[in-house]
Amino acid sequence: MIDFATEPSKYHHWTLDVDGEIATLTMSVDPAAGLRDDYELKTNSYDLGVDIELHDVVQRLRFEHPSVKVAVLTGGLDKIFCAGANIQMLAGATHEHKVNFCKFTNETRNSIEDATSNSQQIWLAAVNGTAAGGGYELALACDEILLIDDRSSAVSLPEIPLLAVLPGTGGLTRLVEKRHVRRDLADAFATRSEGVRGQTALDWNLVDYIAPASIFGELITSRTTARAHTSDRPDVETNTPGVALTPLERTSSGQHIGYSNVTVEIDRGLGTATISIAAPRHVQPGDGASLAAAGDQSWLLRTARELDDAILHLRFNETSIGTWVFTTTGDTNAVAQAEAVMNADPDHWLVREVHLFWTRVLKRLDVSARTLITAVEPGSCFCGILAELLLVADRSFMLEGTWEDDDDPPPAATIQLTAANRMFPMSNGLTRLETRFWQRPDALKAALDASGIALDAAASMAVELVTFTPDDLDWHDELRLTYEERNSFSPDALTAMEANYRFVGPETMETKIFSRLSAWQNWIFQRPNAVGPQGALQRFGTGSRPSFDNRRV
Amino acid sequence: MTVVDINAKIPNNVGLADDRRLQRALEGWQPKFIRWWEDMGPSAFQRNPVFLRTAISVGQEGWANFDHVEMPDYRWGIFLADQEPNRKIAFGDHKGEDAWQEVPGEYRSDLRRLIVVQGDTEPASVEQQRHLSLTAPSLYDMRNLFQVNVEEGRHLWAMVYLLHRYFGREGRDDADEMLMRHSGDEDNPRILGAFNEETPDWLSFFMFTYFTDRDGKYQLASLRESAFDPLSRTCDFMLKEEAYHMFVGATGVGRVVQRTLDLMREHDTDDVQPLGGLNLGLLQKYINFHYSVSLDLFGSETSTNAANYFGAGIKGRFQEERRNDDHQLKTVYRNVPHFDENGVGLREVTQLAALNETLRDDYAEDCQKGLDRWNRATADAGVDVTFTLPHAGFHRQVGTFRDAYISPTGQSISKSEWSGNVGRWLPTDADRAYVKSLMVGVTKLGEMAGWVAPPSRGIHQKPVEYDYVQL
Repeated sequence: MIDFATEPSKYHHWTLDVDGEIATLTMSVDPAAGLRDDYELKTNSYDLGVDIELHDVVQRLRFEHPSVKVAVLTGGLDKIFCAGANIQMLAGATHEHKVNFCKFTNETRNSIEDATSNSQQIWLAAVNGTAAGGGYELALACDEILLIDDRSSAVSLPEIPLLAVLPGTGGLTRLVEKRHVRRDLADAFATRSEGVRGQTALDWNLVDYIAPASIFGELITSRTTARAHTSDRPDVETNTPGVALTPLERTSSGQHIGYSNVTVEIDRGLGTATISIAAPRHVQPGDGASLAAAGDQSWLLRTARELDDAILHLRFNETSIGTWVFTTTGDTNAVAQAEAVMNADPDHWLVREVHLFWTRVLKRLDVSARTLITAVEPGSCFCGILAELLLVADRSFMLEGTWEDDDDPPPAATIQLTAANRMFPMSNGLTRLETRFWQRPDALKAALDASGIALDAAASMAVELVTFTPDDLDWHDELRLTYEERNSFSPDALTAMEANYRFVGPETMETKIFSRLSAWQNWIFQRPNAVGPQGALQRFGTGSRPSFDNRRV
Repeated sequence: MTVVDINAKIPNNVGLADDRRLQRALEGWQPKFIRWWEDMGPSAFQRNPVFLRTAISVGQEGWANFDHVEMPDYRWGIFLADQEPNRKIAFGDHKGEDAWQEVPGEYRSDLRRLIVVQGDTEPASVEQQRHLSLTAPSLYDMRNLFQVNVEEGRHLWAMVYLLHRYFGREGRDDADEMLMRHSGDEDNPRILGAFNEETPDWLSFFMFTYFTDRDGKYQLASLRESAFDPLSRTCDFMLKEEAYHMFVGATGVGRVVQRTLDLMREHDTDDVQPLGGLNLGLLQKYINFHYSVSLDLFGSETSTNAANYFGAGIKGRFQEERRNDDHQLKTVYRNVPHFDENGVGLREVTQLAALNETLRDDYAEDCQKGLDRWNRATADAGVDVTFTLPHAGFHRQVGTFRDAYISPTGQSISKSEWSGNVGRWLPTDADRAYVKSLMVGVTKLGEMAGWVAPPSRGIHQKPVEYDYVQL
C-alpha cells in the first residue's frame, strides 16, 4: 500500500533548512530508497516516494512556517539539480500507476505555484547543475529559475528524443503559457536531448537569471532578498507560531477507513467507496487567532487533511473502485458556523491557508478519474463548503421527504448554499456554480439568490442543484441501479466522458495540463512506440534502439 | 594513402583546401587556439626551441619528423588514419551495415557529447601540467613533457575538426567552449572532475601518463571501433601519439624505481629519503592513488549509457573485431563486482550492461605489465619488494564501491580501520610535501635530478646529453 503520510524526520530524499524568512529545500535522492526495488534512483531522479515527500514539505512550509516568504529549491548532488522521473521506474510501472503518478506530481507542482501566487510563499529554483526532464519541470513550477553558468549545466526536456513520451508534468504547457517561450524555440528545445545552457537558456527565456559558480550564491541571496520583500506573510519579528501538522489518526480494515471526521466504506461488489463527512460537534474558531490556537485540530483543517488523504489513498490503492459516493452527517448550522471564519477573517495567514487548502482538495476531486456521486439523505449537512460536493459530482441524488418506515423519522434533508460557494475556484478559474451554469446567467442568479436558504428536495431541484430526487420507495433501488450500471460500463469511456463534462468554460494553464497535456501523454503511454517491446521506454538503457511504427495517427 | 597538405595554414590530410567553408571555420578557430596555448599552455619556455616530433604524414614512419621548434609555432594539424575501403560496422544493432561517413541524425547529439567529453580532456591535461616545466628533472624530461603537451593539443584539434566538420553551428560553439573551460577554474571547470586537479609534481606526472593517459588509450581504442568512420580514423591516429605518452610514464616511473634501487645498493639502506630519493613504499602509495582514481574514469560497473552507445554502434569495445562473440552482447553474461552489506561479491549481468567493467578489465591487465617490468628491476637488484595494483574496490568514488572501505588487498574494513591505515596506503600530506621538496628544475645539459635515473637512451637517436630544449 502506498502511504502518503510522512514528516521531515522520515524524509529519505530532501533536507529542509529554514533560516528566518528563507527556506532552502535540497534534493539529494537516496538511490536505494525507491518505492520498488527494481530500479535505483540515480542522479536525483525521482519516483512517487520522492514526490510524496516533496508534497509533504510544500504543505508543511505553508502551515508550519508562516514567516517563510521565499522557498529555494536546489540540488544536493555534484553537477546535478534533478534528472526527472526515473525511467526504469516508469518502464516497470503499470499504466494506471504512471497516470496516477503524473497526476499527483502535477498537483504538487500546481501547489508550488499556488503557494507562490496565493500564499505569497515564493518558490525559486536554484538550478546548480543539470535539470533534465521532470527536473526542469520542477524548476518551471517555481516563480524564478536561476541557472548556474558553468558551461556544462543545462536545462533540457529530453523526453521526446530519448523516450518517445512527453514531459508529463506541465513542461510543454508552462514553456509557452507561463514563460511565453516562442513555440518554434520551444520545439527546438524539447527535441534537443542535451538541452540548452547558460546565455542561450537566458536568451530563450528558459531561465530568468544565470551566474557563474563563484557568484551563484550571491545571485540566490539577492533574488531571495528581493522577493521576500514583496511577500505579505507575517514577518519573522512577529514570532507568529506555525501550525504543526501532526500525524493523522487513521484506522483501516479491508473495507473501512476511519478518520475523525471522514470515513470511507468500500463495497467491492458494487465498486463503490462511500466517503462520509461529519459536521463539527463543537463550536469552531470564529477568527484567525483562535483558528491558529486550535492548531491542526480545527474542523476545517482536520477535515481537509483527512479528505485529501482519503482521496489519495483511494486513487492509488483502490484503482478498481470506480465510483465514489459522498454523504454527510450532522448539523448544517455547525458547518456554516465552522466555515464562517473564512469570510470573517480572510486576511489572516492561517485562514488564507485553510481556504487555499480546501480549494486544492476540491480540485483534486475534480481531476479524479472516478465517477463522483453525491447522495443527500435526511440527517446530512450539505451546507456551503460541503455543498461543493454536490457541484463536484457527476450526478447527485436527494431524497424527497424522509424515511417512511422510521418510527421517529428525521426531518427531510435540506441543502444550503453560502458565501463559501463563491470562494472555491476550479482549475478553469470559475467557481463550481459558475461552471455548472456556464453561459446561463439567469440560472446562476437563481442559485446564488437561494444562498442562505434551507432548500428541500423540490427547491433544490428548482434551482438545479441536484439531478434526481427519488422518494423513500425508490431511493435504494435508484442508487443501486446507478452504481451497478456505472460498474458495468467501460471505466475508460466513463473517465473520458466525465472529464469532458466537468470542465466547461475557459481554458487555463492548469486545465491544459490536466486535459491536453495529460490526455496526449496518456495516449502515448498506451502506444507501442513508447511502451511496446520495441518502444523507446522499454528499450531505453538496454543498448537497443527503439523501432517505431512510422505511421502518423 | 591520403595526401598530407603540410604547407597549408592548417596541415591536414582531409582535403581542407577543397572545403572552403570548413577551412574558413577552422582558420577562425586557429588564432583562438594559439591564444589559449599561450595563456594556458606551458607557463615557461614557450619561446625556446624544443626538439619535437611533428606529424607530416600518417604512414608508418612519415609522421615522426623531428626538429627544434618553438611551441607556439608547432604545426598542429588534422590527421586521420587512412580510410579502410568498404568498412562495415562491427557490433551493435547496425552490425554488418556500412560504416557511416556522415553523422546519422538520430545519433547526432550522442556523438557530439562523446566527442566533447573526450575533446575536453585533451587541453585539460595541458592545463594541469602547465607549471611542471619549471621543475623538470632534466632537459630530456622537459622535452618529453612538451611533446606530450603539444600532442594533447593536437588531439584537441582532432576533436575540433570533427565538431566543425560534422556538427554545424553547435559543434563550432562546442569547439570554442573547449578553450573557455579551464582545469580547476571555479566558474568554468573542465567536464570531468579528475581533470580539474593540478598535476603537482613530476612523480605525479609520470604516474598520470602511465595510469590516466592509459585510460585515454582505452577510451580512444573503443571509439576507434565506432561506426562513425571519421571518428574511428581520427582515434586511430591519436592512438599512435598516445602510445608515446604512456612510454613517458612507464619509463619515467621505471627510472625512479631504478634510481631508488641504485641508492639502496650504494648506501646499503632501505630508506633513501635522507639521500634525496623516493622510497619504494612511497612509490607504491602513488601507484595506489593514481590507479584507483583512473579506475573511476571508466564509470559505474553497469551503465545504460555505455550499453546505448554500443547498441547504436557509436562506441565499441577494445579490439572489438578480434573478439570471438556475437558483438551484440544481449544474451551473454559476465560477473561484475558488487558491494553490499554482505561485503565484496559478484553479480551476473549481460555483457551489454557491463561494458565499462569489460573495458576496465582490459585496462587493468595492461597496467599490470608496467608493474611487472618494475618488479623485474627490484628482483634483479635483489630487493624483496613487489609492486602491486590495489584491489578494484580500493579508494573508489564511482560505482559499487563508492561508499565502501576496501583495503588494497580487497578486504571490506570499517571506517576506523580505514582511517587508521590510509596513511600507509595513500600519499599523505607529508609524502606530497617531501616529493615537492625534491622538485627542483635541472636545466644543465646532460644533468639529471637526484631522485630519478637517466634514461637508457635519448630521443630519435640523439644522446641523453643533448639540448632537447635550447635555453
